[in-house]
Amino acid sequence: MRASEFVVQLRENLVIALDVIRNHKMRSFLTLLGVIIGVMSIIGVQSLIEGFQKSIHQQMEQLGANVFQVQKFPVNIGHDERDKYRNRKDITWEHAKAIEKYCTAVERVGPEAWHFEIIVKYRDRKTSPMNVMAGGTPEFFANNSYFIDGGRAFSEVDVQQKADVAVIGKDIIDALFPFEDPLGKFILADGRRYQVIGTLEEMGSRFGNSEDNKVVIPLSTFLKYYGSYRSLNITVQATSVDMMETAQEQVIGVLRAVRKVPPGEDNDFEIWTSNSLIKSFNDITRAVRIGALVIVSFSLLVAGIGIMNIMLVSIRERTREIGVRMAIGAKRGDIRMQFLIEAIFLSVIGGLFGILIGVGLGQLIALISPVPAAIPVFTILLGFVVCVAVGVIFGVVPAVKASKMDPITALRYE
Amino acid sequence: MMIELKEINKDYHLGLETVHALRGVDLNIDNNEYVAIMGPSGSGKSTLMNLLGCLDTPSSGLYMLNGSDVSDMDDNALAEIRNREIGFVFQNFNLLPRASALHNVELPLIYNGTPSSKRRDLAEEALTKVGLKDRMHHRPNELSGGQRQRVAVARALVNNPSIILADEPTGNLDTRTGDEIMDLFETLHDNGNTIILVTHEEYIAEHSDRIIRLRDGRVERDEAV
Repeated sequence: MRASEFVVQLRENLVIALDVIRNHKMRSFLTLLGVIIGVMSIIGVQSLIEGFQKSIHQQMEQLGANVFQVQKFPVNIGHDERDKYRNRKDITWEHAKAIEKYCTAVERVGPEAWHFEIIVKYRDRKTSPMNVMAGGTPEFFANNSYFIDGGRAFSEVDVQQKADVAVIGKDIIDALFPFEDPLGKFILADGRRYQVIGTLEEMGSRFGNSEDNKVVIPLSTFLKYYGSYRSLNITVQATSVDMMETAQEQVIGVLRAVRKVPPGEDNDFEIWTSNSLIKSFNDITRAVRIGALVIVSFSLLVAGIGIMNIMLVSIRERTREIGVRMAIGAKRGDIRMQFLIEAIFLSVIGGLFGILIGVGLGQLIALISPVPAAIPVFTILLGFVVCVAVGVIFGVVPAVKASKMDPITALRYE
Repeated sequence: MMIELKEINKDYHLGLETVHALRGVDLNIDNNEYVAIMGPSGSGKSTLMNLLGCLDTPSSGLYMLNGSDVSDMDDNALAEIRNREIGFVFQNFNLLPRASALHNVELPLIYNGTPSSKRRDLAEEALTKVGLKDRMHHRPNELSGGQRQRVAVARALVNNPSIILADEPTGNLDTRTGDEIMDLFETLHDNGNTIILVTHEEYIAEHSDRIIRLRDGRVERDEAV
């Protein structure tokens, strides 16, 4: 078939396909519904995930892109795996001091320790047990992007004196001091008495958890109460984002020396940045995406069967038409192409509606939930391609069936 | 010679039984002849028409149409021959119900890739010939039976075929409208078209110049009117 001939017939076939849809509105709509729902779910799910991912990335960058952490255990491990690393030496305050002393690409070093699920009380008020106690040095606040809202952060002097002072987050202020100024008041955190010397700026939530539930005390005080035989985390701020890698190399070198790791052996500590967290988060979302895609493909399978069914019905109804077309010169290939194009057209129309509704749904969810909107361009293209594929795959059988009709029998068909 | 049939046999196999629909038919039809094919049902009339219309091929024998041997062409070649050489007119019109008269007439041109502007001109010209230029945007259900058959005739004419093959063209029409259609064929014949008419109505056959009568798959009589 020449190209010009193909164009002539393609136009004709599209006109016919549109006409068929117009003349069987209900039937076409029901058939399309399968494709619409399938594509809509793909787009909707993907744009949600993409939006979620975007929000995570934003939040991670707030963490400070030039800050990394040193800790004993890898970040994403289960409890069973933890045993493997249990024999590692603890990370100590001395290590932090060594980093500070020898690493030139490092701006600020903050050793810290954490204790979870504490209750904070003030007079007859008390918080939920979901609050968190952190022990740190003055560097803690900058390295963790915690900002002082009122009062002051604790100082080197407080750390030296193991002072019972605390800087508290917004959740705790809301729970304990609805009508009072918390500064200077004495609270009971995890059963011990601290004087509130500062408040933290509201941070909102990261990963769906409130970040405003912190009680921050000097690290020395923390170790006094919770025991000093523990591994610390060290937050390290590089001099700039560009110096991140250099700073990490320096820190690794210093720590290996201080911890006496023999050359050739693996590090006996972990370094992680929000980038590595982003990576592991991306791994998870990729898995979720693929899972969603697999589930949605089943709905497209059903949609495809719907299209095949309606095409078979349509071909039966239009047997005479097929006979006439053959009699006046349509080749078998022409007939096959006509019905294939019709099936693809049907599927693509459904796909376009599905894309529109899916994108709209994603935006709507973004509007009423904290997840920001994202239009997954790649997925939209994918959805479109998938629709064409569904049309081809499920249109082939009916189209071939139509093309194999005997013109004489078809012309006599009542 | 426009049509030359030599020793044409057509057998159908129904289970174990073989039906000999045509047994050794020899037939010549000249350019610009107006021929009627008659015969009772089972005489092989429809089989002959399907062969002449290149909808089917003979089991044996030779069929020369306008200089080319169409006896054992493949499906695609036959489709091209039908498109170029044959104009069909059916008893029940066989128009596409939702397409306008114009579009129905354009249909054969679509299958040989005629560009749309030229297609429209040719289709309008054919509709003018059958006197339906003013109705060309109507759909079949907005036309009378006679008008529908005229659209079908225009469709048969539009590719300027070697033969117009009409199968009981008045079978679904009342006598008066049927006569109009027969007049139209008369005019086409006068303008140089070759017409083959399949009918079982004696008075319709009498419009032609030559009547070929079939019985039991053979030509029983072949005489001028």
